[in-house]
Amino acid sequence: MAHQSELIEKDILAYLKSQEEKSLLRFITCGSVDDGKSTLIGRLLWDSKMVFEDQLAALEADSKKVGTQGGAIDYALLLDGLQAEREQGITIDVAYRFFSTDKRKFIVADTPGHEQYTRNMVTGASTAQVAVILVDARKGLLTQTRRHSYLTSLVGIRHVVLAINKMDLIGYDEQRFQSILRDYEQFAAPLGFASITAIPISALNGDNIIEKSADTAWYSGPTLMEYLETVQIETENREKPFRLPVQWVNRPHLDFRGFCGTIASGVIRPGDELQVASSGRASRVERIVTMNGDLTEAVAGQAITLTLSDEIDISRGDLLTTPETPPLYTRHPEAHLVWLHDEALQPGQIYLVKTATAVTPGRVTGVQYVVDVNTLEQKQAPTLGLNEIGVASLELDRPVSFDTYRQNRDTGSFILIDRFTNATVAAGMVIAASPSGTGEQAFRPELELNGLQPRIVMLDGAAISGQGVSVVELSQDTGLFEFEMSDSFFEYLGKGNRILFRLRDVAQLEAVARLAYDRELSFEFDRTAEGISILLFKRLISGGGGTSRDEGTGI
Amino acid sequence: MSQHVTHLQQLEAESIHIIREVVAEFGNPVMLYSIGKDSAVMLHLARKAFYPAPPPFPLLHVDTTWKFREMIQFRDRMAAECGFDLIVHVNEEGGDRGVSPFTHGSALYTDVMKTEGLKQALDRYKFDAAFGGARRDEEKSRAKERIFSFRSAHHRWDPKNQRPELWNLYNTRIKPGESIRVFPLSNWTELDIWQYIHLENIPIVPLYYAAVRPVVERDGMLIMVDDDRLELLPDEEVQYKSVRFRTLGCYPLTGAVESEANTLPQIIQEMLLTRTSERQGRLIDHDQAGSMEKKKQEGYF
Ligand SMILES: Nc1nc2c(ncn2[C@@H]2O[C@H](COP(=O)(O)OP(=O)(O)O)[C@@H](O)[C@H]2O)c(=O)[nH]1
Ligand SMILES: [Mg+2]
Repeated sequence: MAHQSELIEKDILAYLKSQEEKSLLRFITCGSVDDGKSTLIGRLLWDSKMVFEDQLAALEADSKKVGTQGGAIDYALLLDGLQAEREQGITIDVAYRFFSTDKRKFIVADTPGHEQYTRNMVTGASTAQVAVILVDARKGLLTQTRRHSYLTSLVGIRHVVLAINKMDLIGYDEQRFQSILRDYEQFAAPLGFASITAIPISALNGDNIIEKSADTAWYSGPTLMEYLETVQIETENREKPFRLPVQWVNRPHLDFRGFCGTIASGVIRPGDELQVASSGRASRVERIVTMNGDLTEAVAGQAITLTLSDEIDISRGDLLTTPETPPLYTRHPEAHLVWLHDEALQPGQIYLVKTATAVTPGRVTGVQYVVDVNTLEQKQAPTLGLNEIGVASLELDRPVSFDTYRQNRDTGSFILIDRFTNATVAAGMVIAASPSGTGEQAFRPELELNGLQPRIVMLDGAAISGQGVSVVELSQDTGLFEFEMSDSFFEYLGKGNRILFRLRDVAQLEAVARLAYDRELSFEFDRTAEGISILLFKRLISGGGGTSRDEGTGI
Repeated sequence: MSQHVTHLQQLEAESIHIIREVVAEFGNPVMLYSIGKDSAVMLHLARKAFYPAPPPFPLLHVDTTWKFREMIQFRDRMAAECGFDLIVHVNEEGGDRGVSPFTHGSALYTDVMKTEGLKQALDRYKFDAAFGGARRDEEKSRAKERIFSFRSAHHRWDPKNQRPELWNLYNTRIKPGESIRVFPLSNWTELDIWQYIHLENIPIVPLYYAAVRPVVERDGMLIMVDDDRLELLPDEEVQYKSVRFRTLGCYPLTGAVESEANTLPQIIQEMLLTRTSERQGRLIDHDQAGSMEKKKQEGYF
């Protein structure tokens, strides 16, 4: 391994000491298919001597059998692990690889370039601090390069390496390199990266990977490894307001009550004042307890156990914060959603929203716009399909503590889980709390009290919302209803639109059931904190993927 | 702590976070304890995660009955010292049929005694989450596995249909009968493990340290004669050599390396200067390319 071999041989204790201070850098590689991602990472592993002799023997054998280099060593095979993708010769999922130098340990996510695998890229990028975006020098920027750059910025990565690869195939041409860089800087300007570092490389030959290449005398910047070893990753998480999502309450006996969690941002010391975001109750830190003794200070990234000086009510799901800068506490977050699943977003349907602090049922009440990842233009759309990215309004069953994703990647992110299939269907990044109530335009029929007679609610054009799911708000009304539906409204449902009823009590359900019966519609039922919600829709008979929805239909 | 959080501190924090998340979200978790160095680190992290309470889940050892004797002694001692409940499960059916690495070959033996045994134990105790000490750097198919790795009611892993895993938000939802395998050490490398053992003074099985031990040479490996069940072939003879093990498993399937390293720093030194990966000492990985991936789909850890 490329460690200080001499020191290892002569003074292993000194060597071990020197390794204790190493930092950790997580990065992703992305780019289009065949730009050379796998070859590049294989090369980094190879050159940092993380490949052992027995692995080398296997690599040589594999290169002959399935390699793309005519029997010569194919570094990509070090990465392409799963058998299926060896057969197809493509990378089909995120692979994590590890290597280290004397300065840093690296975790690299190899993310696939296929269009349908955007979700893997988002997965790999979500924990990364740096993105290495590969470009084939012969092809320049492609649609995929743009998509991946946008995703990189969306998930909050601030530092980008533009690795212009296959320089060997264009005779190490400086003009071409500069022109790709210019194109890129222009495209990426609105993405707001803190730094873009372009490096001319050949992953295959190792040019400017570890050593400076003799063929790019015109290039004076760092090699890729020099860059990765020295890039300053923000320690700013520590300067942000204190946030501790409570993961677990540790109560071994009556005299000990510890609050466990990983510090999302900030610094904490015994004596500091803390506040529970949901209740506003405050207390002070008594001890920071660890098996190796109490700490006098703990910082962002550490998994800790705190005890407080007062007995206040705190449980899993609470967010402990500094009282000076409280987080958002809202039922109506607005967020970027990246849709990760084949089955499209169903506005109005209940999903489980998992945040750093809690799992809360909630729904997407509307998609404000979808982003065209090639042009960054916004367009209107009723829903989000696989790999689509949009801005959406959510409504949660109860308020949850958030920061905006820009402020804090840990307390500003969430995932959506399908309640029936348990699939992870979307990744969310909070933009803001929408001013309560304006997140949707609900239809509130004016109903006169009319003795014990059911009142008639007319569903026609007036009940159709211009945006997102149509909501009929009846949760403030007592008594019984009858619904009448205009033909145009029925047609509206026939096009796949859905209507969400909010009711106060279960007796009111019958009217919706009767409507569904008369018009051959289907519905989904949910009990919520405020009452009942029912999503009424026309089942599209031939539509695939509808079967899993059956499980939750009706009462 | 005005300095940066080091890589080992970050790895430790990530693992503790994962372990706590499982305990918070699952009804009946278990920690698979294989007695090796990775298990030693995992156990240590579990203790740290819940200190001053003991970890709120039992340890499960799937015993093939062919482990090194020193491993078994060490197992019992650690469980007692750390206050864990220890469940030892043996696939009795395999035992009754006399399945051994000698009579049935390493592939079938591993399938019956390890994979089947594990599934039996998970079914019997209805564990809904099981911690394993596997690392992504060990083997190529592991590099793509999630930290929370979903298993069907038949314990199958579907590599093409894994749940995307973002930030440190883990989807822990399962239906009855399904389970999750959880790998808190996913992002650790062999070197990280050793450095951490060194830094935290974590006890490990003495077999990792060099000592003079009885071995025979078989299939190019040094196999330790740990008990009289190892029958010598005609041209084999027991030699006494200073050896140690880089990885621990069933003694007839685990090759020793000749070594004089009998302190932790010496072990690390040797590891850093050597040029073969640790899994080389394991017979089961050599069967065929993709063999580990196949085993994992079938339910092997
Ligand atoms: N000439 C040349 N070929 C390269 C270079 N990098 C990658 N390749 C080849 O491009 C093809 C695709 O590489 P691969 O690493 O699999 O790309 P991926 O799809 O991005 O992972 C393979 O045949 C590589 O050998 C390079 O720098 N120069
Ligand atoms: Mg590839």
